[in-house]
Amino acid sequence: MAGASGIGGRGDHHFDRRNLDWYIDRAVQALVFLGGISAIVFIIGIFVFITKEGMGFLLETVDFQEFFTSPYWYPSDEDAPEYGILALIAGTASVTGLAMVVAIPFSLGAAIFIAEFADGRLREWLKILVELLAAIPSVVWGFVGLTIMNPLIIDLFDVPVGLNVLNAGIILGLMAAPIMTSIAEDALKAVPDRYREAAEALGATRWQVIFRTVLPAAKNGLLGAVLLGVGRGFGETMAVLMATGHAVNLPTSVFDSVRALTATIAAELGETAVGSDHYQALFTIGIFLFLITFLINLTADLIVRGIRKS
Amino acid sequence: MKAKFFSVTLLTAGIALTALNAGARTLIQNKGSDTLVNVAQAWAEQYAKIHPEVAVAVSGGGSGTGIAAMINGTVDIANASRKMKKKELKLAEKHGQNPVEHVVGYDALAVFVHPDNPIKSLSFAQLKQIYGRKGKFSKWTDLGVQVPGCKNQEIVLVSRQNNSGTYAYFKKAVLGRKGKYRMGTRDMHGSKDVVDLVEKTPCAIGYSGLAYATDHVKMVCVAKEDGGPCVIPSVATASDGSYPIARPLFMYTNGEPQGKVKDYLDWILSDVGQCIILKKGYAPVNKISCE
Repeated sequence: MAGASGIGGRGDHHFDRRNLDWYIDRAVQALVFLGGISAIVFIIGIFVFITKEGMGFLLETVDFQEFFTSPYWYPSDEDAPEYGILALIAGTASVTGLAMVVAIPFSLGAAIFIAEFADGRLREWLKILVELLAAIPSVVWGFVGLTIMNPLIIDLFDVPVGLNVLNAGIILGLMAAPIMTSIAEDALKAVPDRYREAAEALGATRWQVIFRTVLPAAKNGLLGAVLLGVGRGFGETMAVLMATGHAVNLPTSVFDSVRALTATIAAELGETAVGSDHYQALFTIGIFLFLITFLINLTADLIVRGIRKS
Repeated sequence: MKAKFFSVTLLTAGIALTALNAGARTLIQNKGSDTLVNVAQAWAEQYAKIHPEVAVAVSGGGSGTGIAAMINGTVDIANASRKMKKKELKLAEKHGQNPVEHVVGYDALAVFVHPDNPIKSLSFAQLKQIYGRKGKFSKWTDLGVQVPGCKNQEIVLVSRQNNSGTYAYFKKAVLGRKGKYRMGTRDMHGSKDVVDLVEKTPCAIGYSGLAYATDHVKMVCVAKEDGGPCVIPSVATASDGSYPIARPLFMYTNGEPQGKVKDYLDWILSDVGQCIILKKGYAPVNKISCE
């Protein structure tokens, strides 16, 4: 790039350099630029696509009040199809909520241990294991829910069916925990050592250092970790499809079967005629899910960025 | 050089072979009803023995899946355990398809319970109270029975996913045209899943095609009227029309069938094809005699 000033000046020598390196340089530049903006292009592309597919339903068929307040999702009825997603929202929310109850203590505990107590080899091993845990495919988690948790819940709690909020919540909690652990650990590591040193100089014990100094200082990062876990819970599909029991239901206890928004799309989209009301309604759910996860991730990101600045 | 020549020859031979194959073998795509999938598979296998030049690819997924595939133009034959809806026909027309209906057999829709369940018969009115929205029966004790092994006596409703023809037919026949299913039914993805769950769950009740019955579930005797005579589902009661929840099974083609597809459908409706459906536990279209 420095050669650019020499254009038109000294002739062949510069021309040669431009022929080879200059073009490679430009090509790589363009490639990197494309890679950089591809994320934005894809996001906008996906949003435009799902909006286009769901638009007809949004503009013509749907009654927004019914869509969000009716618990009845019976879209294939011949005479009077019902498109209410309240029960599906309740299903997703209840499972995600329980998952967070499971995941927050696990991931916070693991993050504190890795960041503050473990060192050397143990620490490296733990980090690798946590990452491995995060890499388990969700369908495998679904298997665990279907074949291990299901009979276990039936035996332990004496309920007729073990595919319910409890099952899916625990599975989803275990799935979200590794990611939350990683982010929470980063947040704890970001707390400057001088905080710890100052607290120790004042005579604080190790627990006091962690609970009174490090955790409050890392508050935002930890909140971000939890929010990303929530986003993961909302978006997870396969494991939830297999472990919830797939019943349209407003749950009143953790032993009720429910159905998640994502699972509904996964189970029904392949079986609808392209362009039908049912098809478009599923895309409308997609738009809704997209907006929710987008908002959650954005909030998490802003919170995490907030700590970096201060 | 030699190696290169060799690989080029191989490639050419490969392409030629593929082309030859494509010319000789016709592929019929057949998709849809989960009720029909087993018998469709059996038809395809038998047909391949007589006509090795025709391959029939069968897959299930539910009547809605097959009909959607027909509308989207991706199958030659769509299997369905219900008629196409008016809306679907309109949509098909919009996509340039012209679905033609063929009845290939009849099926009795059996109501299953756990073998420990002492209940003997159920009337339509009772089924409506069990499955229908605002229905009053949510415990087995409401029906006057105590089910051993079912803790709260709470009825666990097992149903099918909403694109299933079985789901649609059961609703129409038992809950009525305007009827709605109760919330909280466990929506299974296949007929076999329904039977599996009922087999494992003392509290459960479910419905599926008769052909999916096993020794580990009990079929309930179904009565149309309260206190009226009840009929046990079987091929015989489905054929003579005495079983109240029997339904025709359909195959849809795009336009009047032609060529290889027509040959295949004619064979299905012949005595040979109809004996296969009978063996699988469905009622044939005509009176036939099989060995």
